[in-house]
Amino acid sequence: IMADNGDEDCQYRIKEGDYVVLKRGDIYKAVQIQSRKKVVFEKQWFFLDNAVGQLYSSTFEIVSGGILQPQKPKNLESSSDAKEAGTDNRNIVDDGKSQKLTRDDIETLKEQGLKGQEIIKQLIENSSTFRDKTEYAQDKYIKKKKKKYENSVTILKPSCRILAMMYHGREPGKICHLRYDTLAQMLTLANIHAGSKVLVFETCAGLVLGSVMERMGGYGSVIQMYPGGGPVRAGVESFGFPSHFHDMLHEFPICHVNALLAGTLDTTAKDPSAQEKKMKLDEKRKKLAAATVLLEGRNADGLVIASRFQPCPVLMGLIKFLAPSRPFVVYSQYKEPLIECYTKLKEQGGTVSLRLTDTWLRHYQVLPNRTHPVLLMSGGGGYLLSGTTVAADRSKPAGSQRAEEPAPKRLKMTDTGSGCVSSVCFM
Amino acid sequence: MSFVEYSDLIQDGDVAIIYLGHDSMMPVKVQQGAQTQTRYGAIRHSTDLIGQRYGSKVTCSKGGWVHVLHPTPELWTITLPHRTQILYTTDIATITMMLELKPGSIVCESGTGSGSLSHAILRTIAPTGHLHTVEFHQQRAEKVAEEFREHHVDHLVTVRNQDVCKDGFGVTGVADAVFLDIPSPWEAVGHAKTTMKKQGGRLCSFSPCIEQVQRTCEALADQGFEEISTLEVLLRVHDVRTVSLPLPDFGPDPSAPAPPDADSKAPNSASVTIKTTTPPREIPGHTGYLTFATKPRT
Repeated sequence: IMADNGDEDCQYRIKEGDYVVLKRGDIYKAVQIQSRKKVVFEKQWFFLDNAVGQLYSSTFEIVSGGILQPQKPKNLESSSDAKEAGTDNRNIVDDGKSQKLTRDDIETLKEQGLKGQEIIKQLIENSSTFRDKTEYAQDKYIKKKKKKYENSVTILKPSCRILAMMYHGREPGKICHLRYDTLAQMLTLANIHAGSKVLVFETCAGLVLGSVMERMGGYGSVIQMYPGGGPVRAGVESFGFPSHFHDMLHEFPICHVNALLAGTLDTTAKDPSAQEKKMKLDEKRKKLAAATVLLEGRNADGLVIASRFQPCPVLMGLIKFLAPSRPFVVYSQYKEPLIECYTKLKEQGGTVSLRLTDTWLRHYQVLPNRTHPVLLMSGGGGYLLSGTTVAADRSKPAGSQRAEEPAPKRLKMTDTGSGCVSSVCFM
Repeated sequence: MSFVEYSDLIQDGDVAIIYLGHDSMMPVKVQQGAQTQTRYGAIRHSTDLIGQRYGSKVTCSKGGWVHVLHPTPELWTITLPHRTQILYTTDIATITMMLELKPGSIVCESGTGSGSLSHAILRTIAPTGHLHTVEFHQQRAEKVAEEFREHHVDHLVTVRNQDVCKDGFGVTGVADAVFLDIPSPWEAVGHAKTTMKKQGGRLCSFSPCIEQVQRTCEALADQGFEEISTLEVLLRVHDVRTVSLPLPDFGPDPSAPAPPDADSKAPNSASVTIKTTTPPREIPGHTGYLTFATKPRT
C-alpha cells in the first residue's frame, strides 16, 4: 500500500497562531506563533515570523536582529580527515590557560556574525591542548562547545511526550513533580482510549488533562473535576488540539459532588428572563447540567487523579462515579498519602488489583567504546496507586475480606500454557 | 466485548478475565453450556457469566467466589498464554507515550510474538488507526491472528508471516511509528525507514543486550535517524504492610518519675505498630533497553 500523496504537507506546515514547542538540545519551551511578537528562549530573543509556512521539525539559525533563518542541511564534520590526537591525558595540565581566545575575543567573533560552527573552529585552533587530547576527548570537547555556541532552534509540533519532558525539565513544581514516564504509566494503567468516559482531577497545569485528551483523539468524553473557582487548562492549549476536541471536554466543580451523589443537585433553569448578565450564568448552568448528566449514571470508564490535594478524600469521593470493572490511577508526589488510600480502599472493598508503584528511569549514552549509563539520573518521579473497581458487595459486612495469600516468591517467566492461572509478574 | 471498547454485560463468545484474588487471574472464553474449573469450584458460563455485568461477583460451585473483569490489554498481558517472552505493561506504557501513539496512528511492529504489545497498540490507535505486525514463525503468526479475531480487533490489524529483515513490513511510506523487538534490529532499520511516512515518524527498538543496542544505534545514525536515545524503565512495587516493632527494655529509668503501677509486669510487651511498605524479596532488575529515534523528513 503506497502512501496517498495528496496535500499531506499542509498539516505539517507551521501556521500563524499555532502552538509549538521550541527545542535546542534537551531544552524545550512551549510558545504560540504570533507575528511581530518577541520570544525569549535560552537567553536569546527572536521573532517567529519566518517560521510561518515552514515545515514542523525544521531547524533555524538565529541571526542578528532576532530573525530566524532556515538552516542549511547539516554537513557532517569531515570525519575522513585523520585528526591529530593523543593517546591519554597524562601530560595535559588543566591550568585554564590552554584557550588563547579571551571572552572579549569570542564576543567580537560573535559580533562579526560568525556562525556557531565557525566559532568552534576558532576555539579549536586557539587551544594549545586540543591536538593532545584523545579522539574521544576531542569529541566531547566539540559537543560541549556546540551546546554553548550553537545558535539554532528547532520548532516542533507539540505532543504529550514533548510537553511532559518540557514541564518536567522546566517547571516540575507546576506538575507536582510528575515525571514523564510516570505519566506514561498512568495513561496506560487507566486504559485511556477513544470512545470512553474519563474523569480527571488534576493540578498539573492541564498537562495530565491534555495527555488524556490526546489519547482519546476527540472521541468519547472527558470530565474535568476541578477544585475552587474554575478549571485550569493552560497546559491543554499547548497541545494545539483541533477545536472540535474541546467538544468532548466537560467540567464539574467538586463543591457539587456531594449534592450530585445525594441526588439533590438541581441544574434546571430558574429565572427564564434573559438578561445579559444571566446569559453567562445560563451558559455555566448548561455546562453544569451537561456534566451532571454524564456523571449521575455512575458509569464512568476511568478515573485519573494527579494533584497537590490529599488524594484519599478525592479518590473516595470520585471513585463512586466509576462503573464496575473499570481502572483508576492516583498519582502522588509522596508515598504516604497513597498508603492511606490503599488502606481505606481495602477496608471499604469494591476494588481489586490494588498496587502502589513507582518507576525507575535511567538514560544511557551509547557510543562506540563509551557506552554507559548517563551520569545523572532522576531521583524520583512520584508514586502511583492503581486498581480496578468491582461490583460493590452488599451481602458481606464491611471489613471482612478474603485472607490475603502470601505473595508469590518466584516470578513465573516461563511458558504458562493456556488456561493456567498466572501470577502477576511485577514488571 | 472488545479489547478496544468497553461493554457492560458479558456475552457468549467474550473473553473475560476471572479474578481469583490477590493478583491471581485467568482468561476465560465465555461459551454457552461451558464450565470453568477454579480452586473455588466450577463456574457455569450460561448461568454465572452470560448476561451478568462485568465486575460482578460470581459464586463458584464449592462456595468460594471470584470476580469477572472486562478484558483490557493490561489484564491480557498478565494472563495471556506465552508463546515467547513478552513485554510487560511498564515497558509498553513507556513505548506508547514515546512513540506518540494515539487514535489514528499507523504502526508497524515486528516480531509479534505473543501479542502482548500488539493488543496495547490496538487499544491506543483505535478506531481509525492500523497495525501492521510481522511475525516470522508461522504457528505464532496464526495463533495471534486467531486471537485478534476472538478479541474483535482484527479489523484494525494485518498480520504478515515473513522475515522483516529480508522482506520488510509489507507496506511502505505509511507508518507514523515502528517498533522492533527482534534479535538483529540493525538489519531492519532500512526497512523501518522505508515503511515510515516520508514526512517522518518515531521508532523504538527493544533489546535485552547492550551489544544489540550499540549496533542498532550505529545503524540508526547511519540511516539518518535523529534524537537517538536509549533508556530503561523498571517498576518498583511497594507492598503495603502493617508492621509491629517491639520496643527495647533498658530497665527502669531511675531519673524518670515512678509510674503509678510500680508492679513491673511484662515490661517487654511494649511495641509500636506502623503502616509502611516493603519491597518484594526479588524484583525484575532488567527487561530490555529501549532505544527511541525520530526519522526526519526524507
